[in-house]
Amino acid sequence: MSKFKKKKKGMPGISTASLPDIVFMLLFFFMVTTVMRETELKIRKPQLPKATEIKKLERKSLVSYIYVGKVEGQNGDKIQLNDRISDVKDVKYFVFAERETHPEDEIPLLTTSIKADIESNVGTITDIKEELRNVNALKINYSTLKGDIRDNVK
Amino acid sequence: MAKRDVPEINAGSMADIAFLLLIFFLVTTTMDVDTGISRKLTEKQPEDAPEPPKLKEKNVFIVTVNRNNDILVEGETFMTVDKIRAEAIKFIDNGGGLGNPIDGAEPAECDWCNGAKDPASSDHPNKAVISLESDRGTSYGTYISVQNELVGAYTDLRNILSEKMYGISYVQLLKDSNNNPSNTSLKERVKLIKGKYPQILSEAEPTK
Repeated sequence: MSKFKKKKKGMPGISTASLPDIVFMLLFFFMVTTVMRETELKIRKPQLPKATEIKKLERKSLVSYIYVGKVEGQNGDKIQLNDRISDVKDVKYFVFAERETHPEDEIPLLTTSIKADIESNVGTITDIKEELRNVNALKINYSTLKGDIRDNVK
Repeated sequence: MAKRDVPEINAGSMADIAFLLLIFFLVTTTMDVDTGISRKLTEKQPEDAPEPPKLKEKNVFIVTVNRNNDILVEGETFMTVDKIRAEAIKFIDNGGGLGNPIDGAEPAECDWCNGAKDPASSDHPNKAVISLESDRGTSYGTYISVQNELVGAYTDLRNILSEKMYGISYVQLLKDSNNNPSNTSLKERVKLIKGKYPQILSEAEPTK
């Protein structure tokens, strides 16, 4: 018994000198990986469709987002521009506002990414596309995830 | 005492390890990337624009998706979404006649096509138009699936051609070209392949 006790006494305490380092590391890690939402979603988070022929969107500063989805307790598809639910007629002002923030030579490169829920109606998307055509914002991207297209149909 | 006290572990290098880990994560973490199907909308024509030239019916491949998400090809056959790609490839790659003149040259046959050369199907990849018709009530998921398959058909054809000409797939060629923006010969190759199978995909306005 006495032999046991002696051994225990001999154990040195674990140094906590590195604890700050670990904590800082975690802190940095989360600081770096956290992407702040530019806009808060007012609609239900769209469930994006899946596709295989996808391209990465390069140069995020040139991309503006239009969200399409449902609002809890309301019928029909809702369009969210920036931080509020808008009418399809506001799309053009949204595009103009987006153009204001870019130099002239970048305007043809501006892309509009449509993040629409899998259950939205094509009609809503077409209305948006029509508005975009009206203001000559022709580069669009249907936001999708990588995956099997058979998951899109339920 | 048989054993000496264990000496305290030197914590001096702990910081190095921590930084190593930090840098490792910094490098390997990919922030959620936005991906999607890129398309270019057609320009709005002015009201008084002349009528666009009529296309021969055989050069148009019509895919219709109705409000029940049924897919109808060429107005006659119902199809599941996974059959469309093969059908579209057959149509684009048919090469049954003369194409549009390229760079002022005489209209020529498609000598890189592997299709059936059926006179009732498309003449040439640069004449073959795929038209995707939809209904306002079509679900977006189905619409994207169909569009994905149609874009995929072009990618498949380009892959085959690129494999034959340069030994690597078009997707890889595109990747290499994007990674070496200064390499003009890669860019030329991408352009050439694209030109051989131009993506002519029209999204018609939906029926009410």
